[in-house]
Amino acid sequence: MSEKVSSDLMSQLKARNFTFTGELEPEKTTDLTKVVETANKLKGYVVACNVTDNPQSFGYVSSLAASYIVQRDTGLETIYQLTCRDRNRLALFSDLLGAAALAIRNVLALTGDHTTLGDTPQAKPVFDLDSVQLLHMIRRMVDEGVDLNGKEIESPPKFHVGGGVNPNAKPLEPELIKLEKKIVAGAEFFQTQVVFEIETAKRFFNETKKCEAPMLIGIFPLKSYGIAEYFDKTVPGVKVPRDLLESLSKAKNIQDKSKRREKYNGINLEYFVDFIKEIKKTTQAAGCHIMSVGYEEIVPNIVEAAK
Amino acid sequence: MIITEPKLLEEVLEMLKPFEKVFIVGCGTCSTVCQTGGEEQVKEMALRLKKEGKEITGTVVVESPCDARVLRRDTRKLKKEIESSDAILAMTCGAGVQDIVDHTGKMTVPCLDTKFLGQIERIGEFYERCRACGECILFETGGICPIVRCPKSMLNGPCGGMYDGKCEVGGHQKDCVWVVIYNRLKDLGMLDLYRTMKSPRDNSRLSVQPREIVWATVVSR
Repeated sequence: MSEKVSSDLMSQLKARNFTFTGELEPEKTTDLTKVVETANKLKGYVVACNVTDNPQSFGYVSSLAASYIVQRDTGLETIYQLTCRDRNRLALFSDLLGAAALAIRNVLALTGDHTTLGDTPQAKPVFDLDSVQLLHMIRRMVDEGVDLNGKEIESPPKFHVGGGVNPNAKPLEPELIKLEKKIVAGAEFFQTQVVFEIETAKRFFNETKKCEAPMLIGIFPLKSYGIAEYFDKTVPGVKVPRDLLESLSKAKNIQDKSKRREKYNGINLEYFVDFIKEIKKTTQAAGCHIMSVGYEEIVPNIVEAAK
Repeated sequence: MIITEPKLLEEVLEMLKPFEKVFIVGCGTCSTVCQTGGEEQVKEMALRLKKEGKEITGTVVVESPCDARVLRRDTRKLKKEIESSDAILAMTCGAGVQDIVDHTGKMTVPCLDTKFLGQIERIGEFYERCRACGECILFETGGICPIVRCPKSMLNGPCGGMYDGKCEVGGHQKDCVWVVIYNRLKDLGMLDLYRTMKSPRDNSRLSVQPREIVWATVVSR
């Protein structure tokens, strides 16, 4: 693996600074004003921002286009998410070359949710490569300057490539072996799925002590009780701690809108700042990936307080 | 076995609309086991079509209609009946339908939907087990096929949608096949097979469709 650092994200991780990343979700639109505005809110608090690629298999504006526009208009570095669901290896390869040409420096290689989970379930699921194979392809593009068949790329891309990992996986062991495979394939960093329970996070970091690649724990500030309930009830494996759910539930009943918002913010700040501090103190986590879709206002406060 | 399901009768009748005289061909192998094109179903279909005003020129359950030789053999004595028909109703898989078309030259109406290559647990319980992908990797996966049993055909382990050993597709009802594979390889003391990174598959041969195997043209293997 090349030791050269070509992104802000990677230089922070290499310097072993506790690193914050954020998340941007482009929607079903051609107008990226909102995404750019959100990126501007996060700038200065996160070193880079993921840009999602048709999350949950909903058809949205291209993550490549959005990644480029965000970098161009805000200067905030992006982590271009790329899934195997909608593209065969040819398309993945050429999108990656395009991304490099547009000065994208970080890629998160993912398998992607299944097509039937989204808003166009009739689509043909591609999955020509899986995430491990995609990671390896990118690694070779960068390190060897070649495509999957060993053909030379004139002016190869400079990417730092990361992978996803799920601390909530049950059983965990097949997921941990897959994590090892991703490292062998060439992943330089990992971002985890959302974790709310500190014990789940700690157990995961304990199980992955040998993993040398930096890992950022995924958190999701809860803008409302409804969102918390959604995670707790419908996202498999994700549990929101009882105490947190109860305080959010109480906040929900506050009539005054601004007071309610204040209460929600307070609860989130307290919970996630403690969470991050505890992770920082007790685990080898390299940072925290904050998924704050629609709730960016909380990010600066969390980051400042958790520093 | 090739697993089939009957189309809706209305759909079949719609296709048969322009034709008056119909000859019915069933299948003595797969469709018989699936109870979609055996003796009983052929008889029943003949009665139904008669009720709809069709003239049934004849019926036959061919031992294996996808085998051109067997189809010829089993229809030899029925040439006149077939010849006098406006259309053939094929209660067979898609391979059977096409063999019938080739053999008779008649407009042939498919009565079944061909579902998959499956394992039969018991009558009425069929499970897809093979996609005929052309390059068997079952050794590497403990005899359990991720190409067909994982909705994403993952080759290197479960995706992030697995929870509690279940698959995200269909709402975590079915087993995640990668957890099944992992457990099987673990039991067999062969977990290294799982640890090994699997390269992308070579689709170059599969992509050239239709696939054909003709011994006379195979120089060497």
